[in-house]
Amino acid sequence: MEVLVILIPVSLGLGALGLVAFFWALKSRQFDDPEGDRNRILTEDYDDHPKS
Amino acid sequence: MSLAENPSLAACPGCLAAPAEAVREGEAQKGPQTIRLSLPTIHCAGCISGVERGLTGAPGVLSARVNLTLKRVAIEAERGVTPEALVGRLEALGYEAHELDDAALAATEADREGRDLLMRLAVAFFANMNVMLLSVAVWAGAEDATRDLFHWISGAIAIPTVIFSGRPFYASALGALKGRRLNMDVPISLAILLAVGLSLWETALSGRHAYFDAALSLTFFLLAGRYLDHRTRASARSAAQELAALEVPRAVRLGEAGEENVRVSEIAPGDHVLVRPGARVPVDGIVLEGASELDRSLMTGESLPVFAGPDVAVHAGEINLTGPLTVQVTAAGQGTALHRIADLVAVAEAGRANYSALADRAARAYAPVVHLLALAAFLVWMWISGGDARLSLNIAVATLIITCPCALGLAVPAVTAAASGRLFRKGLLIKSGTALERLAEVDTVVFDKTGTLTMGAPEPQDLDGHDAGDLSLALALAQGSSHPLAQSLTKALEARGVHPARLADLREVPGFGVEALADGQRVRLGRAGWVGTEAGGVTATWLGGEGRDPVSFAFTDALRPGAAEAVEAFRARGLDILMMSGDAPAPVAAFADRIGISQTMAEATPEEKAERIAELTATGRKVLMVGDGLNDTAALTAAYVSISPASALDAARVASDIVFLGRDFSPLPDAFDTAGKARKRITENFTISTVYNVVAVPIALLGFATPLAAALAMSLSSITVSLNAMRLR
Repeated sequence: MEVLVILIPVSLGLGALGLVAFFWALKSRQFDDPEGDRNRILTEDYDDHPKS
Repeated sequence: MSLAENPSLAACPGCLAAPAEAVREGEAQKGPQTIRLSLPTIHCAGCISGVERGLTGAPGVLSARVNLTLKRVAIEAERGVTPEALVGRLEALGYEAHELDDAALAATEADREGRDLLMRLAVAFFANMNVMLLSVAVWAGAEDATRDLFHWISGAIAIPTVIFSGRPFYASALGALKGRRLNMDVPISLAILLAVGLSLWETALSGRHAYFDAALSLTFFLLAGRYLDHRTRASARSAAQELAALEVPRAVRLGEAGEENVRVSEIAPGDHVLVRPGARVPVDGIVLEGASELDRSLMTGESLPVFAGPDVAVHAGEINLTGPLTVQVTAAGQGTALHRIADLVAVAEAGRANYSALADRAARAYAPVVHLLALAAFLVWMWISGGDARLSLNIAVATLIITCPCALGLAVPAVTAAASGRLFRKGLLIKSGTALERLAEVDTVVFDKTGTLTMGAPEPQDLDGHDAGDLSLALALAQGSSHPLAQSLTKALEARGVHPARLADLREVPGFGVEALADGQRVRLGRAGWVGTEAGGVTATWLGGEGRDPVSFAFTDALRPGAAEAVEAFRARGLDILMMSGDAPAPVAAFADRIGISQTMAEATPEEKAERIAELTATGRKVLMVGDGLNDTAALTAAYVSISPASALDAARVASDIVFLGRDFSPLPDAFDTAGKARKRITENFTISTVYNVVAVPIALLGFATPLAAALAMSLSSITVSLNAMRLR
């Protein structure tokens, strides 16, 4: 059962990482335009290099 | 107002064609500005890049970013770039674009409340999953030290989460308690806090049962309901705000440097303002020069245009029909009559907050029962166990948790979200959270006439009664004018295949009519007085001239599409129908006959309309008011629930609970039906959660409830309730 000492922090840590990632996405307004993001992958503007 | 009558568009037709003059010199402020445009027609990836590329190529534009979800584009541009230039550029590329007023949009751009809720929801989800994982181990049979460790870890996760994520509930519960009321959040907060507190105590005593997972699931499920509720209302509200933002208040000021296109907020009393034909009067003032006719239907409900010449007072919101007017400003912005009435509405709005939502009514009946039950459980078990406080408290709290209105909390938002989503797709914006509940109870419908049941656009009547010579003369004269009556007459006569007579020397006299020479004789088409006769009771234009008897062309207002069907549908559902109008008795009676409404009220002032609704309410009627004008706003506010078309004045839209987009009236009976169904679903959901409580409560009271049972019961009831709500879609 000693392995729990490692596994529990690891599982919590991974979960927290996901939570932080979600916060970051929310703060950087990535959920503001789901329709547009869905369509933007089809535009040819960004194909070879990011738009300057 | 339809977009064509939007003052910002009508005010500056030249700007649209001149994108090259985009950069105006000599603006004082520096630094980039943000311009927002509405793009109602964009729908695909090609549109996004087309718009963005087209805009970034314009002089002075730094960047442009399309939001396809909101159908808007945000443009960073240098000072001096005008929205008109960018709109022109986009229209040249084939994209419909309209300027949005930034101030009116500010609230929707940053949906702070929504993001805050989402953040709390994410934290609750994270904590819930982790604690659930640990709880599964405990349920699976973890013993002694391991179990205690798991409980402690769960507690360490749950306590900060419950404090952070549960805040919306605590705040609302505290607010209710301070106002000596009970709402749904009181039992919710109590259950969450007691569950965590008791679990902490049990953990400290190495007890077997801890309810951390239950407290967290409760928080998570209820936050999900709360977020759902917020989302539906936010999308309706943002659409409604966009309507307001589309009407950028602009005016043409006559300064020393000639005509200037400025924002209404920059206009001061004493300025001279030019109002072009077709534009809405932006200010209150007195006419200095020019003659024209004003359409006051939005302000007073009169369908007949009113003459305006020098020294006539004009008011913001009226529409100038025929000739340009120079107006000396007496009041602008906040000081106008339009604004004062809008402010009255804002005050009256607060009164409607007295309606208590179904959920709160349920909570009021439910909370005392549950709390008394838990207290009784505690006392009875104290007596049975001979003073074992720990056991008794455990059972009491288990009762509270199991009966906690998880399903009740979801019952209403899940249904309103589904119903509002369905109506939103039909073009109805549900602005108020309780609008659907109230709509379902309505038994009387009151319609405004002009602009609501009618389009506010006249249609000629009885053309068969005129002789062919008159018709061809009238057509020839009408073709020479842009007055709405003339244009409507032209359209109707052309549709009948009438050929225009040959005329010479045609000229329009703004505010009066058109005159010309036919075979050397003067003929006129226009106002009764000008043609040489007395005006009758109905909207009409007169044809007369040297040596002829004046003949009248009578007009009626064109019926709004779907209006007759909607009236019929409401009647078929057993509702009383009433029509109130500020218009004269004759046109009101004629119109009522046409659409089949027996109860009417003509020449009603705004106060009389509101009083009549108050009278109806006093006799126990639940009134639905449908109206669009400034003269309706008081009535809209006084009614139990109110609806206005998107073409209504901003003040009227603000006053109503539901706004319908598009011209067609037919979604209205639909909304009524959906509201009825939604109410039925809500009641079903209440029943489901009650049934589940009836089963669960005895188990809890007898002391058999475990955290596992609580978790199962809670999830099951929440899912059942949500699925039931989904049936509405």
